[in-house]
Amino acid sequence: MSESLAITKLSDLANPTRFLGLASRVLPWLSAVTAILFAAGLYLSFAGEGDYQQGLTVRIMYVHVPAAWLSMMCYTVMALSAIGTLVWRHPLADVAHKTAAPLGAAFTLIALATGSLWGKPMWGTWWVWDARLTSVFVLFLMYLGLIALNRAMDDPGKAARLCAILILVGFVNIPIIKFSVDWWNTLHQPASVIRMGGSSIDGSFLRPLLVMALAFTMLFFTLHIAAMRNEIWRRRVSAQRRMAARMAGDKPGLTTEMST
Amino acid sequence: MAALLLRDLKLSVRAGGGALIGVLFFITVVAVIPFGVGPDLNLLSRIGPAIVWIGALLSALLGLDRMFQTEREDGSLDLMLMQEHPLVLTVLVKCLAHWIGNGLPLVIASPLLGLFMNMDEVAIGATMLTLLVGTPALTFIGAVGAAVAVTLPRGGLLVSILVLPLAVPVLIFGVSASYAAVEDPAPFLPPFLILVAITMFFAVLGPLGAALALRNADD
Amino acid sequence: MRLIAENLSARRGEDLIFQGVSFALSGGESLVLTGKNGSGKSTLLRVVAGLLRPESGTVTWQADTGDKGMRAAEACHYLGHRNAMKAELSVHENLTFWQQFFGHSPQGKSLSVDEAADAVGLGDITHLPFGYLSAGQQRRMAFAKLLVSFRPVWILDEPTAALDVSAERVFTGLIESHLRNGGILIAATHQPLGLKNAQELKMAGFAGIAEEVW
Repeated sequence: MSESLAITKLSDLANPTRFLGLASRVLPWLSAVTAILFAAGLYLSFAGEGDYQQGLTVRIMYVHVPAAWLSMMCYTVMALSAIGTLVWRHPLADVAHKTAAPLGAAFTLIALATGSLWGKPMWGTWWVWDARLTSVFVLFLMYLGLIALNRAMDDPGKAARLCAILILVGFVNIPIIKFSVDWWNTLHQPASVIRMGGSSIDGSFLRPLLVMALAFTMLFFTLHIAAMRNEIWRRRVSAQRRMAARMAGDKPGLTTEMST
Repeated sequence: MAALLLRDLKLSVRAGGGALIGVLFFITVVAVIPFGVGPDLNLLSRIGPAIVWIGALLSALLGLDRMFQTEREDGSLDLMLMQEHPLVLTVLVKCLAHWIGNGLPLVIASPLLGLFMNMDEVAIGATMLTLLVGTPALTFIGAVGAAVAVTLPRGGLLVSILVLPLAVPVLIFGVSASYAAVEDPAPFLPPFLILVAITMFFAVLGPLGAALALRNADD
Repeated sequence: MRLIAENLSARRGEDLIFQGVSFALSGGESLVLTGKNGSGKSTLLRVVAGLLRPESGTVTWQADTGDKGMRAAEACHYLGHRNAMKAELSVHENLTFWQQFFGHSPQGKSLSVDEAADAVGLGDITHLPFGYLSAGQQRRMAFAKLLVSFRPVWILDEPTAALDVSAERVFTGLIESHLRNGGILIAATHQPLGLKNAQELKMAGFAGIAEEVW
């Protein structure tokens, strides 16, 4: 176990107590920035007029696209934390990817739900097996599988390492899944109904979209840091409970009296 | 390593007939499809390759969770972890043995099911060929799930949930290639070669991930 | 030829099970771990065998011949609570598999499968499926596994559990001849194995609370 200077330094920075201190200082600011960005983004989205083709439903895009983007960013964050877990074995990395998984699942669910809501007026049906929707759906299943695996194991350290391996295997697979779903889609259907290529969007849609994307990203970081803080607290509590259980075990004879 | 392959094959034949159950499940799944969609032969022959593939996918998941669990329960896994053979190689050989014991019987049973589904000879041949090439990929990627869930006493269902999303590309290209062989305009080779590529990719990724998981499963 | 453990510690949850365990064994020496159930004997053995990552410390193996990069685990035979034999295969098949899987070590003499079965006193029943054997016979056959391929270090976890006195004597004899041939033994046991000149390490269990991560 040779530790280079850089790693010890990094783990110094990632010390849980320091992290808690940092989190309590950063969280109010992050929340404020998120709230302001959301206010601005929502104002811009509702102030702009609808698309001549899609009408007002285009506003769903301002929620749908950022959520879809976050569903992928969240997995990237998890993959990076997974490397932290496996290479440096740092408990904070364990906490990071454990708490990111439900957030990722939530954003993916938002993307799917808004996609479905958008689909009803646009395509006349709640669900189409569009390439994007389908690959996001597969991503959603992967998130749920990871959450299920994490919950199935008692030892948090072991659960974190095994989940990290699965996260990385999944991360390598995401491009393959995306590619194969695209292939499958072109085979079975004409090209996607809506193309959302960056260049084809008019500036008046782009501005609120970018602000909303930024707001969602900030929301993610706020929630993630808060969730990590909660998880650290939770682990401290359970560590102390186990300690209490052991202390009680050291005093035989008193137990019958105490139980009343 | 040849000894390990031989031992695992002997075990798959003797222990509880895992291969037989897989094939039975495969036949049962495919056999209930007509009860669901109706006995329309045209429809069945149209969806046949897809049904056979999905049946094979589900059956391939059946025995996966036992791949490392039996070794762990009787302590053999400990000894395997201690040897100087790279663990990746040990896992790869175990995957191969598992495939020969559980995957290959599915491939061999598939023509029979093709007849049930009113598929013509070309479609049956193509489905069998794609299954032959594609099912190893399911075993390799399944090995990761099996290794990750090795300490869970009832990990079978969880393994399936973890593995299925990752198996989507195999299913897509397997079925696409089968259809491409029958339907004229679509070329057979591109999806088939991609399927080969996916299998080879998983042959590397699967044992690597599984070996890493096995090393981490016990402490 | 030396097996050196330096400053080993391991933990389960927040408990440090043991701490600062160091020992060095050279050829012909043996170490017996004693202590009550749950005192960390098995954990220490698994750490030495490389199956558990120690919280701190290292286990190193110094071979006589070159080959510096060898992991300590590769020089070891490990006989845990479980026998690592398949009930569906015959004893002969089981032992042959492990012999081939372990490979031939150039340093020492390995017995053939039949010789090994004879050595544990069960030479006549190698054709039977392992599952048909009684618990004591199974344990003896698991012990025969150590003989079919030479490894200088034997790590034995409760080797004589489920055994009668005569079988225990057989084991002690085999262990002594292993030590005479320059082998090393680390064993955890309730019953005394009757070894002469064995070092003893008393495991107390619960060496303290690990440094808080959180």
